Amino acid sequence: MSKPTATIRTGILALASAGLLAASSLATHAQDYPESSDPIRITLHDWTGQHVTSRIMGSVLEEMGYNVEYIQADYLAQFAGLESGDLHVAMEIWETTGKDALDASLATGDTVDLGETGMEAIEEWWYPLYVKEDCPGLPNWEALNDCAELFATAQTSPKGRYLGGPVTWGGYDDERVEALGLDFEVVHAGTDAALFAEVQSAYQRQQPILAWIYTPHWAPIQFEGEWVEFPPYEDACYEDPSWGINPDMAYDCGKPRGWIKAVGWAGGEEKWPAAYEAIRNFQITNEEMGDLIGKIDLDGMPTEAAVQEWMQSNEEAWRAWVPQN
Amino acid sequence: MALSPAWAGWLAVLGILSILWYLAGEYRWLTQYPQDWIIPLRYWISDFMRWLVREASFGLFTFRELTRAFAWLLDIPLQACLHLLAHGIVLPLGEGGLRLPPLPWIGVLSAMVYLAWRVGDRGLVILVGCSFGYLVLFGQWQSAMVTLSSILVAVPLGVVAGAGLGILAYRHRSVEKAITPILDLMQTVPVFAYLVPVLFLFGFGPVSAMIATIIYAMPPMVRVTLLALKTAPVEITEFGRMAGCTSRQLMWKILLPASRHSLMVGVNQVIMLSLNMVIIASMIGAGGLGHDVLTALRRLAIGSGLEAGLAITLLAISLDRLSKATAEYQAKPARLRGRRGPLASVSIGVGMIAILAASYLVGTAMPSLAVFPQQFAVSTGPFWDELVRLVNIHLYDYLDAFKSTLLIYVLIPIKRALMEAPWPGVALLVGFAGWRLGGPRLAVVVTLLVLFIAITGNWRNAMISVYLCGISVIIATAIGIPVGILGASSERMHRLVQAIVDTLQTLPSFVYLIPVVMLFQVGEFSAIIAIVLYALAPAIRYTDHGLRGVSPEIIEAARMSGCRPWQTLAKVRLPLAMPAIMLGVNQTIMMALSMLVITALVGTNDLGQEVYIALTRADIGHGIVAGVCVAFIAIVADRLIGAWADRRKRLLGLT
Repeated sequence: MSKPTATIRTGILALASAGLLAASSLATHAQDYPESSDPIRITLHDWTGQHVTSRIMGSVLEEMGYNVEYIQADYLAQFAGLESGDLHVAMEIWETTGKDALDASLATGDTVDLGETGMEAIEEWWYPLYVKEDCPGLPNWEALNDCAELFATAQTSPKGRYLGGPVTWGGYDDERVEALGLDFEVVHAGTDAALFAEVQSAYQRQQPILAWIYTPHWAPIQFEGEWVEFPPYEDACYEDPSWGINPDMAYDCGKPRGWIKAVGWAGGEEKWPAAYEAIRNFQITNEEMGDLIGKIDLDGMPTEAAVQEWMQSNEEAWRAWVPQN
Repeated sequence: MALSPAWAGWLAVLGILSILWYLAGEYRWLTQYPQDWIIPLRYWISDFMRWLVREASFGLFTFRELTRAFAWLLDIPLQACLHLLAHGIVLPLGEGGLRLPPLPWIGVLSAMVYLAWRVGDRGLVILVGCSFGYLVLFGQWQSAMVTLSSILVAVPLGVVAGAGLGILAYRHRSVEKAITPILDLMQTVPVFAYLVPVLFLFGFGPVSAMIATIIYAMPPMVRVTLLALKTAPVEITEFGRMAGCTSRQLMWKILLPASRHSLMVGVNQVIMLSLNMVIIASMIGAGGLGHDVLTALRRLAIGSGLEAGLAITLLAISLDRLSKATAEYQAKPARLRGRRGPLASVSIGVGMIAILAASYLVGTAMPSLAVFPQQFAVSTGPFWDELVRLVNIHLYDYLDAFKSTLLIYVLIPIKRALMEAPWPGVALLVGFAGWRLGGPRLAVVVTLLVLFIAITGNWRNAMISVYLCGISVIIATAIGIPVGILGASSERMHRLVQAIVDTLQTLPSFVYLIPVVMLFQVGEFSAIIAIVLYALAPAIRYTDHGLRGVSPEIIEAARMSGCRPWQTLAKVRLPLAMPAIMLGVNQTIMMALSMLVITALVGTNDLGQEVYIALTRADIGHGIVAGVCVAFIAIVADRLIGAWADRRKRLLGLT
């Protein structure tokens, strides 16, 4: 009784494996990856969007047959690891916060630029929409001084309080306040968790708040608000004091918008060329990213699950990143 | 009336200080240490590290290869525990490998409860059962096992290394002399300061996190070992010598077993401190519960963060009590241990292994007993989120008014005054205090430490740190000492207070940091609240402990001579407990200083922030110098208070 079924099963198995073999031999003919089974170490930082891009890229590399490891590492401290080859790929270096560190690292020759990820970093002074009722001049920056009182607290009064990002993330806010003659005091949050805790708290109470917010992030999705419109950024504004309304100082404009780039250990170029090519092909839009971040941070979906869902419904998109010889 | 020379000295020093203070308005260099005079120590350290990581070599292999080999070695037991408890393992057998799942939750839970039942009383069984049950029920199991794995490796390593160093220091006076200042630094330099060098040398990942944990948790073990050996009764040593022991036999067969009880205090400290590091370790890749706390709080899910944080607390308290009970059990004479006598310890081990093995089979048959089904997991997260929201909406105005009043009338004036403090004057004052309390040696040491802060260019930041910690310590002792007195009033109160103190000490501060920011905004006020909460524990613990330690005869005598209860407290018990209480204040200062780096995450601009900035920029020299400055503030405070407490003890005839 059992014998025929067993034979049939073996037959099917044999057929299937023959097919697989054929397919894989075809595949190896066209593409020679994975070139090495050593794990590619992708860094994870402390914001959700970065986890999403890293996991998407990691999943694609796994589909290509590579071994992938995720390592928690600090955004700026990781460059030491990338240069030494302890870490291999970092998916998100923002022009707005990490350009100097990236340039310094690329200059050592131990890391390589893996291209832009398609997302655009936006960061600027931000307020919740309800503030507009009391300060109708917004979003024009010139209205800020008239409303400084509105944003004041006991410590900063009569000046307004502007909650800036962590000191290490740069941004020249103290210089901006001085250059534009704003009646505001910059208070730096220590981490973005602290920053958004305060924004959420003010939003719950519908109280005025002026804070530094960036996107892609869940905050601008959850909280209705607008970015302040400063004189638009130009390179000259940061470099040339005579540019703009304040003839004596630079930084009299808004913040630059910028690319988000992937960067990798230079040695990987030879070790996993196909993987590096796939990473260079990585593309995702702000909208897609915002959608994923919303699912994870606001609806509490696990990152892995959200990434898997994205992988399933966007197969065509990520297949296109995989190099075809 | 003639002034005594001591008072005249104090007056003179304070006079000079106020003159300098007054002059500070004229001469900026008195309050702001001039840039040109700064010794570029931080750059020297950075250069040295660069050389160490990139070039240092022993000929056959480089320094870096040595440290990497060390990391590789430590990774083996860590991976073994992780596979066993959390991830399972894939064996390269057959098609696609044979996947062996990790130990099932039911097995680990039962084994722990079994251990508690054998070594402890019913209370311990309930505690351990409930704690591990909580981990299962609240869906924290997987992460908790990752954390437990690193603890299971870090604690024995810390204990063995610590005890080894302690023994070495006991045997050789020179080692003891060399090691004492290093221990001081290990305990007071903020962890963030040495995270970056550790990462450079040992690579990114869980092993580095574990090494940082060991560095942080080991010092108490060294100190306790040294102290236990030194204070071992002379009779025992004499006996050993008379019986003809070699010094090796004396150490291993007599001294160490005799001081087992004291050594357990060290083990407990290592466990507690290792669990304290869970959050920071997860910032550099340890994963586990610490990672859950961080991710939850980053998306402001306060409830989930609290649940994960509570899991750390319960794990810490269970392990602490279990290790205590095990030590007491083993110290008991065999005839009291129950029927099986000397084999009992072995039988416990066998029993635990049997339970784990049996559960493994059961787990294979019933998967829900191996991996707790996600849909049954409970969460109280939404409740806590809602609670914070309601407090925020309805009570914010009162909280804000309270905060503003305190800031405007108390905190800001004090801060201004401290910021204007002239560094030569402060150094003089501290030096004079050192001379009066402990003699010329102490005076020189503390003066040099204060000057170090100035000449490395950290004066202003250090003053903000002193301000933050000073205020917090005052508030913490003002709350902690009365609570401690309450705790000493009855056994019941004592237990309640004990529970509060344990929770405060093991609950990761990050858990309450975010709600505090929501209610009090980013700034120094939030930082102070967080520091107070963390530093409260030793003030309570030592007051309680000190009051209970006053000998009953003295209290009896006080009552006989007609003291009322409050008179006994104020005139007899408190003065006698004062040295212990001061030790508590000392510990409060240490805790407050160690919180500085955590409050940097809220947003301060003191030394803690400098250390944190250095961490994120991977600037090794900057981090270490700022960290050492924090340590020096701690050491100055410690030495001065220690000298004062010694004097008091001598005056009270307690030593």
